[in-house]
Amino acid sequence: MNKIRNILDLKKIKEQTLNKRESQKIILRTCNTGCRARKSQKVIDVLDSAINEKGIQDTVKIIKTGCHGFCEMGPIIVVEPESIFYRKVKPEDVHEIVSQLTEGGVVERLLWSDPVTKGRIPFERELPTYKRQKKEVTYKCGRIDPVDIEDYIAADGYSALGKVLTSMSPEEVIRTVIASGLRGRGGGGFPTGIKWKMCSEAPSDIKYIIANGDEGDPGAFMDRSLMEGDPHSVIEGMIIGAYAIGARQGFIYVRDEYPIAIEHLSMAIRQAEEYGILGKDILGTVFDFNIKLNRGAGAFVCGEETALIISIEGRSGTPRSRPPYPAIEGLWGKPTIINNVETFANIPLILSKGSDAYASLGTERSKGTKVFSLVGKVQNTGLIEVEMGTTLREIIFDIGGGIRKGKRFKAVQTGGPSGGCIPITRIDMPVDYDSLREAGAIMGSGGMIVMDETSCMVDVARYFIDFLMYESCGKCVPCREGLRQMHYILENICRGDGEEGDIETLIEIGQFMMTSSLCGLGSTAPNPVLSTIRHFRSEYESHIYDKKCIAGVCKNLFEYFIDAGLCNGCTLCRLKCPEHAISGEKKKPHLIDSSKCIKCGICFNSCKYEAILVK
Amino acid sequence: MKIPIIIDGHLVQVDKGATIMSAAKKAGVFIPTLCYHEALKPYGACRLCIVEVVQNKQRRLVTSCNYPVETGMEVLTDTLKVSQMRRMIVELLLARCPEMPAVQTLARRMGIEISSFKIREAKECILCGLCVRFCEEVVGVSAIGLSNRGTEREVSTPFEAPSDVCIGCGSCTYICPTGCIEMVNDEKTPGMRSMNMGNLSLKPCPNDYKCTTCDIERHFIEEMKGAITRFREKFRNSTEL
Repeated sequence: MNKIRNILDLKKIKEQTLNKRESQKIILRTCNTGCRARKSQKVIDVLDSAINEKGIQDTVKIIKTGCHGFCEMGPIIVVEPESIFYRKVKPEDVHEIVSQLTEGGVVERLLWSDPVTKGRIPFERELPTYKRQKKEVTYKCGRIDPVDIEDYIAADGYSALGKVLTSMSPEEVIRTVIASGLRGRGGGGFPTGIKWKMCSEAPSDIKYIIANGDEGDPGAFMDRSLMEGDPHSVIEGMIIGAYAIGARQGFIYVRDEYPIAIEHLSMAIRQAEEYGILGKDILGTVFDFNIKLNRGAGAFVCGEETALIISIEGRSGTPRSRPPYPAIEGLWGKPTIINNVETFANIPLILSKGSDAYASLGTERSKGTKVFSLVGKVQNTGLIEVEMGTTLREIIFDIGGGIRKGKRFKAVQTGGPSGGCIPITRIDMPVDYDSLREAGAIMGSGGMIVMDETSCMVDVARYFIDFLMYESCGKCVPCREGLRQMHYILENICRGDGEEGDIETLIEIGQFMMTSSLCGLGSTAPNPVLSTIRHFRSEYESHIYDKKCIAGVCKNLFEYFIDAGLCNGCTLCRLKCPEHAISGEKKKPHLIDSSKCIKCGICFNSCKYEAILVK
Repeated sequence: MKIPIIIDGHLVQVDKGATIMSAAKKAGVFIPTLCYHEALKPYGACRLCIVEVVQNKQRRLVTSCNYPVETGMEVLTDTLKVSQMRRMIVELLLARCPEMPAVQTLARRMGIEISSFKIREAKECILCGLCVRFCEEVVGVSAIGLSNRGTEREVSTPFEAPSDVCIGCGSCTYICPTGCIEMVNDEKTPGMRSMNMGNLSLKPCPNDYKCTTCDIERHFIEEMKGAITRFREKFRNSTEL
């Protein structure tokens, strides 16, 4: 066993691993986490047997990596050293790729093609979606094997830990983190270094450190991808944090809906223990630290820090009031640091690069980079990482490739259910903690849901309030009863029973909840409603007064009709209609009988001439 | 160590670490609350005891039941903002429990006759958690707890089964501010009392704790056996594939 006794051993392992790779000229990097949803495991199996068949297993290495980020194009295979990028690889494409490996050619049809110019781009670094990104935290995701500690060490992993343990005092670590300007990536944006300082000064012989991986926002997968694709960087960040505050025991709290994250994290913890990175006398110093993995039982509210702590204690996860803050009185009454997993993944970067280099990225008050999961009606969905201060336009149009099917951009929802919707007028806004808050949204953990003209903003607000109503713990009156009333009003508006004064009542309840709720969930819960009222008030008004949903979402409030000028009588809609509500002859304009129509939207989505409209 | 603070213009000296609520009691200032009790740890759920705190020239709203006093703090218990908040809380509670006298009295004191919010289903319990916390912290048996989440939250015994740890002390009945827990003498077992909580969740064992002759127990064991058999079959099938 390769027990690492000191920093020289760490370097030796790095060199050994790199030497071992010397003979392997060609490296295939394939995503084996998120892309599993598109059968990447099958692709890897076929790849493995094809390489063995060809007898080139000594010169070709397959690295089963975490998420590459360009999820829309998965499963992805990148061939090193040239970084040839193959997208949407199916098991039957594998033999072709393997035969080109030795000949040095490329499989033209599997390359990414520009949707506008139709030109094919062979190299990963030249893809427009990657060009605007700044991969720092997620750099190793998609490059290393997450379940191989030697791979992580070979990529300079644990070198920051070595530097900290051998040459820095806990105070110096905290000073560096404060100077870097790192703010909590879980949503609140509290300066991490200040939190650590508070905890290190709290008088107690026992302290704890917790990584919050209870990511529950619909449409968010940043923490998941990090834990799956680069679990060691989270562990490294935690060990450094533990050293800084003087903790001996750490916990990683992951929701049980993330089986791959749990598998990879537990493997990483076990390997770290075997190699002497965790446990007694880490890297030959007198510092001891252990990590335990806690699985969450699937309550959204457990992402709130006090609820999470109570959940680890074995009670049902309901938040408690602060103060006392967890940094002073947390897990089992002891000073506890609780940070998001992405925050911890930033720590090794800060300590290896130095706080100045880290703080050179980002804006005045938001430093570094931020990982987002870009989803919704955008072309290139996936995991992205950008410098703080990048504008929404760059994220959605340059990285995201614009809106699907040539539709118009309407709004982007950031920060999950507790966040808000930002309209097109704010699209040139830089993305950082303060600008988002000013626009009525929050950074949150980094979910970004892009919406186009077919999204009804009232329905979006209703959806999030519905989600929160079931996910609120129900402890305090404002959150429980406020959400119940808001939900009731929004349901009425979407059904067509909205009344005059509903908008004002919603604003009144929302503002009341923001100031009087017990925890962060309750005080940010009205954000989806308040931000949509603020930016899309006319939509609420047309729902209430005109009983119209122009987006065509709220079923009682619109009708489909066929534009006789655009319809060429192809009969497709007539054949597809499950209710036989469409009539018409071939090559003549069709008609929809609105008394039979159930507004399923099948005709609307299937018409190739966009002749079916909403009124 | 005593520290001085100002509550509604009164200067009081209170122990360091004391809550605003206890300081207000000392100053003779009344703060309304539904979930606070001297015998229990502060809970901060009803939010009715919200007050405005001025500290370092910043004004904030905090709940007085659990917020510790600090030197140089000024507390205002009856500002416009505070009364608006309280009004809102009472209106929301009145929409939840329109029939409960405790909530009605509280509302009437604020000049509210009918809640401006819609009543969806009238409930009896306001979920202040006093009964649950009393059962745990004072009685020490935890016969009842809070189950479910969000708007579905309710007081009940584990799995809504008859409690096997309830000692029938009646503390929950005594402490409940709305009076929705009723104590009744049990006819079958003399000297035994059951707590009538709407869903009869605290009724003692109907079979006099004789598990060997209990129908519920027998059904449960059969169910479990069935579930295990089904699981084994499924597992066997999946390994054969």
